[in-house]
Amino acid sequence: MSPDHSRSFVTAASDMTTPPDEHFDVIVVGAGPAGSAAALVAARAGLKVLLVERGEYPGAKNVSGACFYGSAVLNELIPNWWEKAPVERYVCRRDLVLMSETTAVSMDFRSAAAGYVEPPYNAFTILRPKFDRWFAAQAEAAGAFLLTSTVVDDVIKERGRVVGIKVRREHGEVRGDVVIACDGVNSWLAKKAGLQRDLHDHEVSLGVKEVLGLDEAVIRERFHLTGNEGVAYEYVGAVTQDVRGGAFLYTNKSSLSVGIIGQVSSLVEAKKRPYDILEHFKSHPAVAPLVRGGKLREYSAHLIPEAGWKMMPQLVAPGMLIAGDAAGFCLATGLYIEGINYAMQSGIAAAKAAIHACACRDFGKHTLARYTELLWPHNVFTDFRAFKHAPGFVNGNRLQNLYPDLVAHGTEMLFQVNGQAKQKILPLSFKVMRQYKVKSRHVLSDLYKVARAYLW
Amino acid sequence: MVMTTHEEKMHTTRFRVDDKPHIVVDPDKCKTCSVRACVYVCPANLFVPLGDGSVLFNYEQCFECGTCFIVCSKEGALRWDYPDGGYGVTFRES
Repeated sequence: MSPDHSRSFVTAASDMTTPPDEHFDVIVVGAGPAGSAAALVAARAGLKVLLVERGEYPGAKNVSGACFYGSAVLNELIPNWWEKAPVERYVCRRDLVLMSETTAVSMDFRSAAAGYVEPPYNAFTILRPKFDRWFAAQAEAAGAFLLTSTVVDDVIKERGRVVGIKVRREHGEVRGDVVIACDGVNSWLAKKAGLQRDLHDHEVSLGVKEVLGLDEAVIRERFHLTGNEGVAYEYVGAVTQDVRGGAFLYTNKSSLSVGIIGQVSSLVEAKKRPYDILEHFKSHPAVAPLVRGGKLREYSAHLIPEAGWKMMPQLVAPGMLIAGDAAGFCLATGLYIEGINYAMQSGIAAAKAAIHACACRDFGKHTLARYTELLWPHNVFTDFRAFKHAPGFVNGNRLQNLYPDLVAHGTEMLFQVNGQAKQKILPLSFKVMRQYKVKSRHVLSDLYKVARAYLW
Repeated sequence: MVMTTHEEKMHTTRFRVDDKPHIVVDPDKCKTCSVRACVYVCPANLFVPLGDGSVLFNYEQCFECGTCFIVCSKEGALRWDYPDGGYGVTFRES
């Protein structure tokens, strides 16, 4: 299809009068990391690709922490992408923090190893409205047609096969051989196509976030960073009060991304408002000095699919594939909090399956199932299967609310010099456990669960 | 310290409000609901309980996160959809 042809379609759709009559090889719904990756790969293979986005621009509806792990994944698609993309800082420090109301005990990891501070780097902080817009533009440059401000309401099914989408415009039907649903955590398409059920409130977490403007020089000095280095802080414990979840603080170029994440069922049980927890977090003695002087630029919120392996929908139907958050590809294990990389990898895998299906002109479930085969070598399924026990464990009450407090308190006692006899660590541990009414058998059982979740 | 009120937070987010609400609640069902989960979980604080047992609702400053829909699914008092294309929340920094 010539570029002129594409313009006629976009104009026709935009004036809401003429039904778009083109037929596409691949229709991608949602221009987030999964959708743009899928559109980019399919367009490069010479397919006629439509990328539909409901926001004014790609990224307008997207929120993430946003620490983007998986720089190497994108580097395969766009070599040296960080030189062209709107990135904030590369992450060479990670700080995992256990908190009580008064204390913070952290594992502060910093590396100057090549994998962290040299291309292709390990991770970058990004701002999604800027990054997603850039990434979708790469798909456009490869030949995909981007249609923004357009809601997709349903799929068109004929003889049990998805053959297109219904867009919320007059006469809004667009036909295509393969529909790739990358429409996010609340995937209407996956539900309408009968591939996903309603999500449960314990499977999703709500993230609320503030972007706080702060001078570049202040950020460098305050976080001990040089040049464009960045740091990712992740917190667990009293920071979310009695809500199961965590908090984060990431350094951008001249701002901080600060937020809390709470399991929705737990927010309901605790009757806590997410933005109040965010304020509580910012006032913690370990956090307040880090955010001091920051000027609020934007407040945002988004749902996160956190149950991983156990909430995945059916990923393949005749004529249709599901990728990214819509497929639940967010790995939240405490150790890893990643989604953008899996979104991109699943988008790439979906595009490859679509290319294969177009080549053999067979869009049945069996042919498109190449997608799920590709999710293994792309490390998506491998990672989610390996850590399938972690999300449930991470959201356990003891791990969330008791142990961080206990460790923080125990460390306080360990380091306090107050004229009393010092105790060795084991008796001290038992003393703290008694204070917190923790039973040895619970600790043993939790240690087993830790091992099962992370060790083997 | 950078403490901000909820109003101050909401002022920083841009909304292009559609005339047509994308969320509809059934006030009768709300009156019989004992959980009222929407009141706590909504990050934009769009659900306000009233004295008579009903819930006052605004859709204008909605983040489109879908949390209210998920917590209300048992009660079935809430219909939820995305606003029309180009309307609703637009993030610039997040």
